This record gives sequence, structure tokens and C-alpha cells, in this order.
Amino acid sequence: MSSKKIIEHSEAATRFNKDVERVNWHDETLWFVREKRDRAAHNIPDWELLRETASQIKNNVLSNIHDYLVEFEANAQKNGIIVHWAADAKEHNEIVHSIMAKHDVKQMVKSKSMLTEECHLNDYLAEKGIEVIDSDLGEFIVQLRKEPPSHIVLPAIHLKKEDVSETFHEHLGTEKGNFDPQYLTESARLTLRNTFLTRKVALTGVNFAIAETGEFVVCTNEGNADMGAHLADVHIACMGFEKLIPQRKHLGVFLRLLARSATGQPITTFSSHFKKPRDGKEIHIVIVDNGRSTQLGREDFKNSLKCIRCGACMNTCPVYRRSGGHSYHNAVAGPIGAILAPNLDMSKNADLPFASTLCGSCTNVCPVKIDIHDQLYKWRQVLVKEGHTPAAKTVAMKTMATVLANPMIFNIAGKSGRFVMKNIPALVNNKMNKWYDQREMPSVPEESFREWYKKNSREAKAKKDEQ
Amino acid sequence: MSSKDQILQKIKNSQPNIVADLPDLNILGSDQFEVLDTYKTVLKNIGGDFVEVANYDEISAYLKQNYALERRIITTVPELSEVAVLDWKNEDPHLLQNVELTIIKAHFGVAENSALWVTDDILGQRVAPFITQYLAIIVNKSDIIPTMHQAYERIGNQEYGFGTFIAGPSKTADIEQSLVLGAHGARGLIVFLLE
Repeated sequence: MSSKKIIEHSEAATRFNKDVERVNWHDETLWFVREKRDRAAHNIPDWELLRETASQIKNNVLSNIHDYLVEFEANAQKNGIIVHWAADAKEHNEIVHSIMAKHDVKQMVKSKSMLTEECHLNDYLAEKGIEVIDSDLGEFIVQLRKEPPSHIVLPAIHLKKEDVSETFHEHLGTEKGNFDPQYLTESARLTLRNTFLTRKVALTGVNFAIAETGEFVVCTNEGNADMGAHLADVHIACMGFEKLIPQRKHLGVFLRLLARSATGQPITTFSSHFKKPRDGKEIHIVIVDNGRSTQLGREDFKNSLKCIRCGACMNTCPVYRRSGGHSYHNAVAGPIGAILAPNLDMSKNADLPFASTLCGSCTNVCPVKIDIHDQLYKWRQVLVKEGHTPAAKTVAMKTMATVLANPMIFNIAGKSGRFVMKNIPALVNNKMNKWYDQREMPSVPEESFREWYKKNSREAKAKKDEQ
Repeated sequence: MSSKDQILQKIKNSQPNIVADLPDLNILGSDQFEVLDTYKTVLKNIGGDFVEVANYDEISAYLKQNYALERRIITTVPELSEVAVLDWKNEDPHLLQNVELTIIKAHFGVAENSALWVTDDILGQRVAPFITQYLAIIVNKSDIIPTMHQAYERIGNQEYGFGTFIAGPSKTADIEQSLVLGAHGARGLIVFLLE
């Protein structure tokens, strides 16, 4: 576990916003992905019905997950898959390590798994002397730079091709100043091909696990999960227990939604169904809880477990687009990350539900209809109640509550506020005022609404009396 | 108590008492469109290509003309033994690393996303469609179906150790969202649409 001091979202966002040109580029690039999603969705007449159906399937899963897990394990075992259960991140990491140790292997090739990011598996294995290479191109890039992914689907979306070129020049010996994505991708392909050919253990994530058949599905565009898994002796697949779906035919619904929501593609290039290991080889599945059963018990937040990790809520979020994934200091960033993270650690992630305008765009694009913005709002209430908000904000809110509850104080406060802003604006337009940080103060009206109303209602009454 | 029992117990305590109903899937995937045309358009859009052929001889002729036959070409289709080798299925999969072109058959294709369904009984080796530089897949025109719902109806309880939908060549856009074909898998996909 990293013990680095966490920089709060607002502070990290401020830093991110110093480079205006880059922020604009980041914003537009993600919005472009959102637009691709829209075009793909509008091509499907059944789109809204699909979302509703997916949501209902996930509701069914969350209400019956105990039995589905038991069914899945039994079927997977029948297929010759070895199933492990991990209560938390530590146990997950220990299980993965024990499999490596049993086979006496010191190197692993890994395809994308946000769960292993959540569990900080790479750090753990590094301490044990095991080398992990991330094979998804975006993850490979950020791994070389010793950064976490900034987006669950587009891990290196915060980087420009110049950055990648610099990184590859340093680590892979590519030509300095060659920014061509084709050239850079080719060099990574050649390097990683050698990795795939020499690794005995491959780890992948899981997009969907099917209770009925005991198989699991991994979706990639690059083919990296398959290159790793089909060449290795041991395939380890790690999944949060919420990845379960009841039956094979339900994949029809989710595979229609996933890539269209994520990148606007009609489907990922590869949707691989792993049911049995190859002859003489092993497949292990690690089923992880790590706080999920707690979230399942939170009535207001359990729906967050419906998430299929498409990233659509990030691409559409005005705050994510202008603050970047790293500002969320959590494996899953953006709106969905902000409702998952407080469950893992409330005090560490108390800032995240506030990193939102509550505009609701995330909820509108979510393929499984998670009420994301409602949950952000509800988390704020929980966090304030449990005392996880900063003192300055608590005092300010309490003061505001007193002022708003008392007409006389409200009147005086309004009058003095208008006087100050009109005559000594420097008293509020300064760095001490957090509100002024990102905003202009409003222009000062001559009178308050209350004064205007009093005057006008008197005039109106006088007029009425005349008649 | 084992972690398994602990997790299952916690889930039991947390999950609601009433099981929510599963929705009806039969109302999905009924939209009408020109299936073969859609298949072709979508395939082109995602970086794949197609050739319409009447028989295997036409496939052989096309391959002779368009691929370097002196490189290693493998197939699972006996009719193509003139242009490709058949005896690689029991090799160590790592030895397929120098394959230039793999030619396989698909069970069926899906029009809405151009994906082709293949399983290990027709793959020869699981890694074959991934490790190759280029990939060619043969599918009967009559086996193109509209959507993923029909796809899973067709798969039904099919038994396999491994199966995958392949839609276009391997690709990435991880560098500044610039699309590059040929990430880790095949650099190109050609689909032979067979009469």
C-alpha cells in the first residue's frame, strides 16, 4: 500500500488547470469519445431498452449474488478451473503470489485489471521480487513512467504523443523526437511480443463471469489478454464478485452496451470466453470482496456495484474532463470512482463526492442506469454527518444555516454584504475567500429582493385600495 | 471460517430478501435491417476487409495473388492445403510466432458489429488467430445473423473450452486517441464471405 500523502481533488485539479492548453486538449479529447458513444448509441433503436434490460439483470444479480457465486464456483470447478476467494486486497495479493511461488515463477505478464490496481498488486509483487509487465499499451506507457492509469479504459489519456515518445526513447530506445503513434505502437508491439513469448504466468481481469456455465469473458481491442493467456502455463483471472451475470445469453445485452458506451465501437475486437484450461495448463480465478459486501449492504450505494467499467461517466463528466484522472487519487476515477472510493476508505476519499457539479450527465450515459449523481449527493450527506468534511467547510455551512434560519440576521448579513462588496470589494475579492478562488463575485444590486418586494407590495396594495 | 464462507455470509446478510426478476430478452434484437450489407459496412468501418467468393478455389486464388506464399501460412481448412499447411495443431504454441497468415473458419458472423464467432475446435490452437501477423476468416454468407441476441441463441449450450468473437484487426488508440491497427494481435483481417 502506498503511504504517500494524498493531495485533495480540488488542489490536484488546480495544479492540472495551470496548463490551459493541455487541459483544453484533455477536455476536448474526452468529449470526442463521448460523441462517438452517442453516435454508436443512436444507431441502435433498442438502446434505451438495452440499458433498462442490463439494469434489471444487474438488479437481479445484486439480489441473488450469494447463490450465483455458489453456482459459478461449482461450474467453474467442473470445467477444471481452480477457484480462490479473497476477503480483501491483502489476501488477493497473497493468493496471486502463492500461485507464482508454487510454480517458482518470477515474471508475470498482465493485461488490464482495475481490480489489481485497486489492490496495488504490482507494488506487492515487486516487493516479493516478482517482475510484472503491463501489456495493454496505455498501461505499459504509464507503467514505464511509474504513474497509475488515469482512466479505466484509456489509461494514458492524460499524455500527449510527445510524452510517450520521450518515455519510449528513454526505455525502449526509440528515435528521439519521433512522435508518430504508428511508429511508437510498433515498437511497443515488438517489445511486448517478446514478453508474451517468455512469460509462464499471465494475469487478466474479468469483464463478465457466467454463473450458469462457469466461464468468464475478457474483452480487449489489442489482443493482449489472449496473447498472454494462450502462451502461458498458468492463467490467473481476478474479479470482484459483482462481475457475475446469471446466464450466457445475458452477454448479448452487455456486449452490445459495453464497447459502444466506452469508445463508440460496436464491440471490442476480441470478446474471449474462457471456459476450460488447455490440456496440462491451469486457469485460476480469484474472487475478491474487498469492501464490496459492505457496499452491497448500503441501500443508497449498492447500485454502484452494477458498474461494468465502461468509463462513459468519466468521458462525459465536466469535472473529470477538466481535472484529469489522477486528481481522484483512486484506481477508478471520475463519477463512478467517487461513489466507489468512499466505501473503501471514507476519510481518505471524503473529497471525491464533492468533485462534481451534480449535473447528472453521468447518470444519463450509464449503460446499467446507476443513479451516479444521486449517490454523489447522498455520499456528501453521509460524509458530513460522519465528520469527514474539512473544518472550514463545516463552519461555513453551520454559519450559513444560522443565517438562513433567522430573518433578522439574514437581513443584516445581506445589507452588510452589499455594503462591503460595493465600497470595500477587496475585503471579499481576495485569496482568503475560497469562494472567490474559482469565481467572480456577483455585481451588487441596489436593493435586496426583500426590500424590493416590501416596497412593491406596499405600492400594489395602495393601488388596489384606490380602486 | 474460510474467506469463502466469510464472504458468502456477509453477502447473505447484505443482499435484499427478495430476488428481483430477470427481464425478458425476447423483445430485444428485432430491428429490421439488411444483414449482409450491414455486416460489410461495419467490418470496413472497424478496419477489416472482405472478399465475396463462390468456393475454396477462389479463396486459394485470392491468397496466391495477395499474400507472400513463401512466408509461413497455416490453416485448419483442408481445402486450402495448396496454399497453407495443416500440420501445426499439436505444436508448442510459441512456435507459431513466425506465422504470417492464419486462415480459419468461423461458425457465424454478426451484422451489427461484424464479429465472427470461433471456438477452439475450429481454431487449431487458441493462440493461432492472435499470434499471426495477418488473419483470414471464412464464413458462409448464410451464417451472418443480425445481432448479439441471435448470436447467443445460436451458441446456446455449445460446449467449448475457449471461444471468442473477433471483430476486425487488433487495434489501439492509446496514444492520443490515434487509431493504430495491429496492436498485439493480427495487423489485418480479411473475411471471405462464402456463397
